[in-house]
Amino acid sequence: MRLEPRTHTPLAVRVLAPVGAVLAALALCALLVAWTGAPVLKAYGLLVEGAVGSRFALTETLTRATPLILTGLAAAVAFRARLWNIGAEGQLYMGALAAVVLGGGMLNLPFWLLIPTVLIAGALAGGLTLLGPAVLKVRFGVDEVVTTLLLNFVVLLLVSLLLEGALKDPMGMGWPQSAPVVEAAELPKLVARTRLHAGLVIALALAAVLWLIDTRTIWGYENRAVGANPRAAAFAGMPVTKVMLRTAVLSGGLAGLAGAAEVCGLKGYLTLDLSPGFGYSGIVVAMLAQLHPLGVVGGALFIAGIFVGADAMSRAVPVPNYIADVLVATSLLCMLVAGLLARYRLRRG
Amino acid sequence: MEILDVLVSAAFWTAVLRIATPYVLGTLGELLCERAGVLNLGIEGIMTLGAMAGWMAVYQGGGLWTGVLVAMACGALMGLLHASLTVPLGLSQHVAGIGVTLLGTSLSYFVYRLVLPQASTPPTIQPFQPLDLPGALAQTPLTYLAALLVLAVAYALYRTPVGLAVRMVGENPGAAEAQGLSVTAVRVGAVMAGSALMALAGAFLTLSAFNAFFFNMVNGRGWICIALVVFASWRPGKALLGALLFAAFDAFQLRLQQIAGGMLPYQVFLMLPYLLSILALVLVARRAAYPRALMIPYRKGER
Repeated sequence: MRLEPRTHTPLAVRVLAPVGAVLAALALCALLVAWTGAPVLKAYGLLVEGAVGSRFALTETLTRATPLILTGLAAAVAFRARLWNIGAEGQLYMGALAAVVLGGGMLNLPFWLLIPTVLIAGALAGGLTLLGPAVLKVRFGVDEVVTTLLLNFVVLLLVSLLLEGALKDPMGMGWPQSAPVVEAAELPKLVARTRLHAGLVIALALAAVLWLIDTRTIWGYENRAVGANPRAAAFAGMPVTKVMLRTAVLSGGLAGLAGAAEVCGLKGYLTLDLSPGFGYSGIVVAMLAQLHPLGVVGGALFIAGIFVGADAMSRAVPVPNYIADVLVATSLLCMLVAGLLARYRLRRG
Repeated sequence: MEILDVLVSAAFWTAVLRIATPYVLGTLGELLCERAGVLNLGIEGIMTLGAMAGWMAVYQGGGLWTGVLVAMACGALMGLLHASLTVPLGLSQHVAGIGVTLLGTSLSYFVYRLVLPQASTPPTIQPFQPLDLPGALAQTPLTYLAALLVLAVAYALYRTPVGLAVRMVGENPGAAEAQGLSVTAVRVGAVMAGSALMALAGAFLTLSAFNAFFFNMVNGRGWICIALVVFASWRPGKALLGALLFAAFDAFQLRLQQIAGGMLPYQVFLMLPYLLSILALVLVARRAAYPRALMIPYRKGER
C-alpha cells in the first residue's frame, strides 16, 4: 500500500472529506459518551435536537456561527498564505475593545454612521494586532506561531486591566465589565425575540466577497501563489512581503470584526468571557472548509451546532458539555487525515 | 535597597527553582521533539493532560509516583498521536499540534468534570513535600528529577548512538536512512519521549507546585517553552539556563508586584513574562540555527 498524489481532486471528494471526518469524529466520541454511561444514540439525538430541533435552537446556532465564520475566514486567509496566525483569540478581543471604546458614547453619531465606524475600528484593531507579529516575521524571521499565541495572553491581560480600570462600568456592581455600547451602535436583530443579529449577514457577505477576491482578482492569485510556493512567487516578481503584510491585516481584521460584532450584536458590553475560544475554534472551521471561504460557512455552522447542541444535551444527560470541545478537536484531527485522503489516493503495491 | 534584599534572600531562589521546574521539563521535551525534526505544538494540551491525569491518579488513591507515571504515559500516548499524524503521514505539524493541544485540553476538562461534576472548590491531594535540605535546596523530588533529566538528555543526545540518531533525523533524514536507520521509528520515539516530559511538566504543577487541578492552570507555559527552545538554540544546557533566567525574572516580577503593587496594575506585571518571551525570540531570531529538517516531513525515496 502506498499513497499516490491525485492530479485532480473531484469536487465530490472535496465535499465528502469533511463529512467523513465529522462522522469519524462522532463515532470516536461515541466511545467517550458510552464511557459516561449515557445512552449514546439518545445523547446524540439530544445534541442534534438542541442544535437544530426548534426555531429557537436554529437561531441560537446561527448566532453562535456568526463569530465562527469570521474567525474561520481569518484562519483560512492566513493559512492560505502560510501565515500561521494562531492569535485570532487576541485579535478578537482587540476588536471588541475598540468597539466598546468607540461605541460606548464617545462618538455621538447616527446609527448608520456609528455602526460602520465601530465595526471598521474593531477590524482595524484586530488587523494591527496581527501586523506586529507579521512584521517581526518578514523583517527578523521570528516565528509567528509563538508570537501570536503569546500575544493572546497579553491581550487578555490588557482587557482585564482596562475592565478593572479605565473601562470599568460604574454601574457594573463591581464586576469587571465595560459600560454597554450606546443604542445607536447596536446591530439590528434579524429575528424578533431571538439573539440572532445582523452580524450574520456581514459574515456571510464577507465569505462571498473573499471567495470572489480569491478566484477573480490578482490579489487572490498572488495570495495563493505566495502560499503555494513563496520562493517561486518571489521569482515571478510578486511582492511576497507585501502580500504577507496584507494577509496579516486582513486576517487580523476579520478576527477583530468578530469581536466587534459580538459586542455590538450580542453582548452589548465587554467581559473577559466574551469568547469561549472562538479564535481557536476558527482554526478547526478553516480546516474543515479546506481553507475555502464558502466552505467556512458550512464548517462554522457545524461547529456552532456542536456547541449549542452539547449545552442542551448536557442539561438532559450526565455528559459534561466539554464533550463539544472534544468533538471539535477530534474533528480537526480526523479532517487532517481526510484531507490527506482527498489529496492522495491509496494504491496497492 | 528592597530590590537587593529580594535578590539575596533564600526564599527568592527557592521560588526561582520551583517556578523553573515545569519550564525546564517542558523545554526539554519540546527540544527532544524538535531535535528529531518535529515541531510539537501539542505541548500546551499535553501539559494540561499531564496535570489532570497525574492529579486524578493520586486523587483516586494512587501514590504520588504512580501519578507521575500515569501522567507520563498519557503524555507519551498524545505524543504517539502527534507523531502518527506528522511522521508517517507527513501532515502539517502546525495544525496537528494545535489539534493535539485542543484534544488534550478538552479531554482533561471533560474527564475532570465527569469525575467531579459538582466540585465548586477544587478538591486537594497531599502533594510532594520539599526535601529537608537548607536554603534554596529545599525542593520537591520532581525538581531534582528535572535537573537529572537535563543531564540525562544532554548525555544521551551528544554521547550515545540513540542521541546521534535523533540529531541525524532532525538534520539530514536522508543520510540517516542511508545508515540503515528508520527515520520514522526514531522520530516517533523522540516525539513520544518528549511528550512524556511535557506531561511530567504538567504533573509537577498539580503534584508539587499546587495540590489541585484548576482550569487554565497551564496558562501558556507550554507556548513559553517553545520560545525557550529557540532561545536555547536547541541545546539542553542552554535550555536549563534559559528556564532559570526566565523563572528568576518571573519570581522577581512577583516580588516587585508586592513591593510596587500600588503603582501599576498587577496585569502589567503578569504581561511581562509573555512580552519577555517575544523579546527573546526577536533577539535570537537572526542567528537561530534551526534543526535543518524541522517541520519537513520525510518520505522514503523522495528528494
